[in-house]
Amino acid sequence: MSTLTALRGRHLLGIADLEPGEIELVLETAVAMKEVGTRPIKKVPTMRGQTVINLFMEPSTRTRMSFELAEKRLSADTLGMTTSGSSVTKGETLADTARTLEAMAPDMIVLRHPSSGAPHQLARICRASIINAGDGMHEHPTQALLDAFTMMERKGRLNGVRVAIVGDLAHSRVLRSNALLLVKMGADVRACGPATLVPPGLDRLGVRVFRSLDAAIEGADVVMMLRVQYERMHGLYLPSVREYFNEFGLTPARLERAAPDVIVMHPGPMNRGVEIDSEVADGPWSVILDQVANGVAVRMAVLYLLAGGEEGER
Amino acid sequence: MPVVMDAERIHRSLTRIAHEILERNRGTDQLALVGIRARGVPIATRVAGHLKAIAGVDVPTGALDITLYRDDLMRHAVGPQPVIRRTEIPFSIDDRLILLADDVLYTGRTIRAALDALIDFGRPKEIQLVVLVDRGHRELPIRADYVGRNIPTSRQQSVQVRLVEIDGRDEVEVEG
Repeated sequence: MSTLTALRGRHLLGIADLEPGEIELVLETAVAMKEVGTRPIKKVPTMRGQTVINLFMEPSTRTRMSFELAEKRLSADTLGMTTSGSSVTKGETLADTARTLEAMAPDMIVLRHPSSGAPHQLARICRASIINAGDGMHEHPTQALLDAFTMMERKGRLNGVRVAIVGDLAHSRVLRSNALLLVKMGADVRACGPATLVPPGLDRLGVRVFRSLDAAIEGADVVMMLRVQYERMHGLYLPSVREYFNEFGLTPARLERAAPDVIVMHPGPMNRGVEIDSEVADGPWSVILDQVANGVAVRMAVLYLLAGGEEGER
Repeated sequence: MPVVMDAERIHRSLTRIAHEILERNRGTDQLALVGIRARGVPIATRVAGHLKAIAGVDVPTGALDITLYRDDLMRHAVGPQPVIRRTEIPFSIDDRLILLADDVLYTGRTIRAALDALIDFGRPKEIQLVVLVDRGHRELPIRADYVGRNIPTSRQQSVQVRLVEIDGRDEVEVEG
């Protein structure tokens, strides 16, 4: 069990800022939060009277809905703002948007933004606690936490678990946050993707990079597939969908090299037939829908742990 | 400060409470015990054990974590959030007679939170309250149905209940 009883900071900007004890605390709190979701009344009064603004300046359905559901289950009042139809399309800067929202005195702001570092900027301007819901190619901390929670549920530990992360490594904040978290917790992290999509410096994070999918999957307890972003297809990075699938697509045959009780994860949305075969996505290995359910519990845990506040003086 | 209850006394109190429960509630088929985390849980388990020994009945037992229902949760400007533990009530509480168990009854605010939490799980027929120690100073209109021992205290004092399951030994001590 974690020896900590609180997070040190009042924001969640990235996994990079968290200590292993804080990660354990979030995961343990999420176990209790998951139970709330099994009750006849799936709601507790914990955050009554607190206001959370969900500021999503990049398309997102599952993350936004997951946060909203987590906030509602904790009885917070929630406001949503998406880019389309907002002042952002009229040219407002993030700083001005932040100051405007700040004037409404929210207790927390959940931010999804296409630019790396946007949540950090918001944290400097706002008194509210900031939760990073994905910033550019930088971090997506709650995704890494929910992935870790799902692995804990299935494997009972993170230390020593062999995790292969496969796909577009260069543009993935999911990879980055997961790699940071898993290495901190003592997992054996491997990455594999097309040579054009392997960023330099992955080894400095403690990740071993493999050129061949078969080698990366060898003995893996967890295979995590990343979405291939279509916008990067046909361009400089990838030749064709078929070629990508042949080399990096996850099929049942390929999974035979992994550990017998391997689990397959995907942060969604999936491209069936591009990075993952339907037979795998819907097969017994898949915990993809567990990840979605666990996302709500993990986000409830993060909201709860940040809601106590250290400075905010509520 | 003095140890006001030792292991023997705690044991006798909980046995007596089990007898009182059986006396007051004719028929035990609707009974269920729910302990408030942390130390209400071993108390509930022990009362269930006594009920089994006396009347041969198996009373289902659950554990309730009331942290998410506390009324002081978001009021502390400084300080960490309390750690949340799991709530485990593996039976329906609908139409049951719930015996809610805790170690110390003080302001009554924990019990208020527990009542709110319980009612989110269903609609029990009745809720009765079991406590090992009643130390007075209620701030809400709440009273216990079964009390191990009434211990007069001042607000400056604190009452420490230690139970083998959690603390390695059984005793109740008044400190300060």
